Parts: sequence; structure tokens; C-alpha cells
Amino acid sequence: MKLKNKDVLGIEELTAEEIELILDTASDMKKIVLSPEKKAHYLRGKSVVTLFYENSTRTRVSFELAGKYMSADTVNVTAAGSSVQKGESLLDTGRTLDAMGTDIIVIRHSMAGAPHLLAKHVRASVINAGDGMHEHPTQALLDMFTIRERFGGFKGLKVAIIGDIYHSRVARSNIIGLCKMGAKPVVYGPATLMPDDIENMGASVAPSLKDALAGADVVMGLRVQLERQKKALFPTQAEYAKYFGINSENIELAGKNALLMHPGPVNRGVELTSKVVDSENSAINEQVTNGVAVRMALLYMLVGRE
Amino acid sequence: MRILIKNGVVVNKNECGMMNVLVEDGIITRIGQDISAQADEVIDAAGCYVLPGLVDAHCHLRDPGFEYKEDIVSGTRSAAMGGFTSVACMANTNPAADNKAVIGYIVDKARRYGAVHVFPVGAMTKGLKGEELAEIGEMKQAGIVGVSDDGSSVENSAVMKKVMQYANMFNVSIICHCEDSSLAEDGSINEGTVSTMMGLRGIPKACEEIMIARDLILSEYLNIPVHICHVTTALGVELIRNAKQRGVKVTAETCPHYFTLTEKACEGYNTLAKMNPPLRTEKDVEAIINGLCDGTIDIIATDHAPHHEDEKNVEFEKAAFGIIGFETALPLAYTALVKTGRLDIRQLVEKMCINPSAMLKIDKGELKVGKTADITIFNPEEKYAIDITKFVSKSKNSPFHGCPVYGRVTATIVAGRIVVKDGKLNI
Repeated sequence: MKLKNKDVLGIEELTAEEIELILDTASDMKKIVLSPEKKAHYLRGKSVVTLFYENSTRTRVSFELAGKYMSADTVNVTAAGSSVQKGESLLDTGRTLDAMGTDIIVIRHSMAGAPHLLAKHVRASVINAGDGMHEHPTQALLDMFTIRERFGGFKGLKVAIIGDIYHSRVARSNIIGLCKMGAKPVVYGPATLMPDDIENMGASVAPSLKDALAGADVVMGLRVQLERQKKALFPTQAEYAKYFGINSENIELAGKNALLMHPGPVNRGVELTSKVVDSENSAINEQVTNGVAVRMALLYMLVGRE
Repeated sequence: MRILIKNGVVVNKNECGMMNVLVEDGIITRIGQDISAQADEVIDAAGCYVLPGLVDAHCHLRDPGFEYKEDIVSGTRSAAMGGFTSVACMANTNPAADNKAVIGYIVDKARRYGAVHVFPVGAMTKGLKGEELAEIGEMKQAGIVGVSDDGSSVENSAVMKKVMQYANMFNVSIICHCEDSSLAEDGSINEGTVSTMMGLRGIPKACEEIMIARDLILSEYLNIPVHICHVTTALGVELIRNAKQRGVKVTAETCPHYFTLTEKACEGYNTLAKMNPPLRTEKDVEAIINGLCDGTIDIIATDHAPHHEDEKNVEFEKAAFGIIGFETALPLAYTALVKTGRLDIRQLVEKMCINPSAMLKIDKGELKVGKTADITIFNPEEKYAIDITKFVSKSKNSPFHGCPVYGRVTATIVAGRIVVKDGKLNI
């Protein structure tokens, strides 16, 4: 059960079969996460470095625990407090980690394509943990895992992705992945936060929030970064919540069993109301658990022993 | 010293035919069918075109200040390898070429060590900041042929108006880089499908078109001629076409990459295809070629922009904008435009010799008895793949490595000096 490529750079590079395989493997891994003795030995003697140029709590911790649950040695490097601050280039940092015998480098970077550049120049496998506005493949995989657990598959599912699509690597990876698996992603958000030609990626743009939500099987809210207000992308949080926020009224438009998802962290009262976040259909905490399982699956499939 | 070029097809604006060319002491003394004079050097140009030395209206020699990318010696040698005998270099050096001392340095170094004629372009504004006028009069005396803040636009329209009025008094060309930086934001490629898929901030076409429109309007209002640099978009071409129809005194240029590549060349985070303005779409490429064919675009320039490997082998958004072009421009233009029947060889000579000379107001661009012997011999039939490792330029930042092309410069003669011979540097 190996992946075709050395690296996991994006959903773009994965086939539908590989995605299924990763999700199948993640199902087994989830049992370990939920067991009282969270220890397997698949990665004993392997080293995993998380190299984070951007702040993150959940993704970094999720990868670190995923490695530890399988007995890998994990080390965390953040941009602050490393040679990066002394001006070391990405490639030099990568080569240094390579020379130390690292098996997997998990990288998060504010610039699109940084993991691809790194992967070309190191022996270690590279996992993209988010590159700029480009891709966040492990988030999309855990989202798809969550959807598959609920619906058993993807064919024909309407997945409404609402909010700041422009800056969202989560949206991009999900759109690519959901299209590959036969679901129908629909996006909606302020025109100022909608990227050019998003239809060419396979998503349809809904004319209104109502249209986006109507009959949706999955509703995915995206985090709106509040500092975007200063760049004239939306006027105020209150207006954003009024026209683009998901609340307990408009969520009714979606299917009765519609799954509510969000990659976190949530701005309560902006993109989602608290009531929606804490509702029965909210899968937000489940997503976090599934994240560990999916990351275990990837680490295992890249370097683990059978 | 006498050089006799035999059996080649001499190409000028209005004539094109098998002729011999005799050069004596740096001057063309005879062009005709039966010249049998004795010569110190006889070049057999059978099967080749004998062209006026190419004139590049837009390049960056990086000297002074960025000699690790290129300098006047390496840059002019690279130009000669590509068949250019005259180049106009932009002012974004360090220090900026915004005063007579820097211009004097460029002119002097080029005269002593340059392989081709160098015509510096001075800054429009001090420090290229777009605020105060540079000493355009002093720079004209020191040798500039034009002014430009190339690399960015003079954002403030009132300042731009004054630049045009003042520069026009000194009879220097007004060369406009058109970019509304507020719209460019932090973009690194064309805004569209590819930027969306790659997760990169886009530079909208409007960013270029708005500034083209502004500069055309100012030119029309003041009745002062302007030259628009590196046009890349369909609407940009249309704006210039309309202006020309109204009688606005405008010339325009594009570069080989804008009619041979699209934004797709950036896929895979290929920093070698990152440039400003960015590569656009198929539709724009077609519009650029149409603009060249109907005369809307007068000039093919290189925008030769050398960068060190370390400035390209980084994250895409961090990578420097620009590609080199001296050694690929003629084969690319010949392959994409002449070989395909869109332009004939005489029209290519207009775009790469005659029109740039006229825009820069320099006495170059044609083969004529009594003129300085700046001559390029080009074998149009040789087919090969571009090999960046063979470039003479200090930098290798070209996205055309491996690209199949027709045509190679076999000889370049600059003022009677054979600087490229048999396709190799002869200095």
C-alpha cells in the first residue's frame, strides 16, 4: 500500500484510487486513535520533521501525534527560533534536514509552491501541510474522510463551500478532490473573495447564499481572516455575517442530515453562529479526530513498514 | 580593413535580393551584385540573410550595481551573439541611471569594452521614484536617447504629464512602462485560471491597460509622442490601435515571449516563466500577433532581464521577475512569425531594425552605402533546440531551454568589426 509519488504535494497529484486507498487506510488508523493504547510500531526508526513557516496549532499537533502514535521520532521546527530567521533559504534548510537523515518533511509555508520546490531538492518525502493559497491536501483528505464516513461515498453529493474562497487553500484542495470523487462542489462568497475562473477548477458558483445552501448534503464554512477588512475586501464583520454567514435559519435550506464542516479555527458569530457550530450536525470536532487518522495513513503509506 | 560578404540575401525595408556587401574601414562602401574587390576577410553568406544589425529598444545590462547578473561586457557580447548591434539599456541600475555621471559611466564603459553600440535610457524621475524630474537635459548631453522609469510607472499623472512636457524639449524618446501598481498588488502571474489553480495572487490585465490608456490620453492631450513598452494584452493592442487611428503619435513594442508563451508556462511553479508584465492567455497571444501584422505594434524588443540563479531557484512569489532575451529573440521571432507566414522577412527587419531605430532616433537599422557597417548574418534554415547552457550572458534565466527553433546568427559585424563569426564570439 504505497503511494505512486515520493511526496504528497496536493490533491491535484493524487488519483481517485489513491484517495480511496488513503481513506481506507485512515479508517484503520482511526481505530488506533480511538483506542486506549495509542501506539503502533509502523514508523519505528523513522523520523518526521514538521517545518512550519506559518503559525498553526491543530495541523502541526495533528501531524506530530500521528507520527508519535506510530512510534516515529518527530521534531518540530518553526520559522521563528530557527536558522530561517538568520536568513537561511528554504532549500538550504531542506538540505540540512535531509543530511540529518529525515524521512519525512511536513512543510507549511505562506508561499504557494514552496513544498514543490523543496520536494525537488530533497531525498526525504515531503508532505504539504498548506502552501499559501494553493493547496492543503491533508485537510481535504480529512474532510473527504468525514464526508465518506457519513454518506458512504461521494457520488452526486452537493457540497456547499461558503466564504473566502480566494485566499483558501482548503477550498481549492476540496474542490479538486471532490470533483475527482464525483461530488459536486458549489461555492459562494463575496465577489471580492472569489477567485477568477474558479469554474475552470470544477466548482460551480452559486448566484446566492440560498442557492448555495439549497439541498446541500455538506455545508463547509471557511474562516474569514479579519485583517482582510483593511484591504477593502469586505466592509465589516457584522455585514459579512449578515450576507455571507451561516446561521440556524439559512442552514435549514440544506438537507435535513446535512453535515456542517469548518477547517477551524472558527470566528464564532462571523462565518458561523455559535448555535450552528455546536449543533448536532456539526462535524467540526470529528474533523479534528479524523485529521490525525488521515495523517497517520499518509505517513504510513509513504515510509511505514507493512 | 576590407570585408566582403558574398552570396547572401540582403534585406532592407523595400528591397530584398541576392547581393554582395563590401565594408571598408567600418563603413559600407558598396552593395551590389558583382563586387569582385579584394578583401581581408571574405564571408560566404550563401543561404543566409544579410540583415541590418538588429536594434534592441529595451534591455537591462545591470551595470552599474548588479554586475553579478550581467555587465556591459557580458551583456553586449550576449547581444552580439543574438545579432544585435545596438541596444538601449534601461535605467534601473544601482545607483539608478538618473544623472549624467551614471550615464557617462555607461557610455564610456560601453565605448571601451562593449561588443555592440550601447544607447542608454535615462530615468524619468530621480531615483525612479516617480516624484521629481531627473536631470534629463544633462543626461541628454551625456548620451541618452530616451527616458523611462521602466520597472514601474510614474504613478502620479501630474508628474507624468510634466515628464512628457520636459523630456520632449530635449528630443528624447518617452518610453512608458505601463503598470498600475495598486492593481498589481502582490501578484506574480496573470490573474486568471492559472493563478487561481496555482494559488498565486494575480496581476490583472487591467493593471497594464489602465496605464496604457492614461499615457495615450496624456500623449494625445499634449501632442507629444510616446512609446509603450512590452504590450501583452488584447485590449492593450486595441487601445493603441484606436489611438493610432486618431493620429496619436504612439509607437509600441512587444517581446518574443508575449507571442510565443502563455501563463501556462508558469505551471509547476516554473520561476523561469515569471516576468513583469506577466505571460497572458492564448487570446492575448493571437491579438499581439495581429497587432504586429497590422502595424499596431511597431517593435519587437527583448526586455533582456538577467537574474542570478539564486534569485530564481526560490519560492515562486519570492523569485525575481524577468527573463533574458538577446540570444533567443531573432530565432523565436523568425520561427513564430516568419516561418508561419504571419510576417515576411522585410517586416521582421522593420520590427527589429528600422522601427526601433526610428523610435530611438538613432541612425541605425538599414544597410546603405555610406553608413556604419552594422550587419547581422542569419542562417534561417538551421534547426536546433535552444540550449541555455551555451548562452554568453552571465545569466541563464530563460524558459526556452529545449525549445525547437529555426535560424541562427552566424556573424555579427559592429562598425566593421566581426564580433561574432561562424556563430561564435570572435573577441
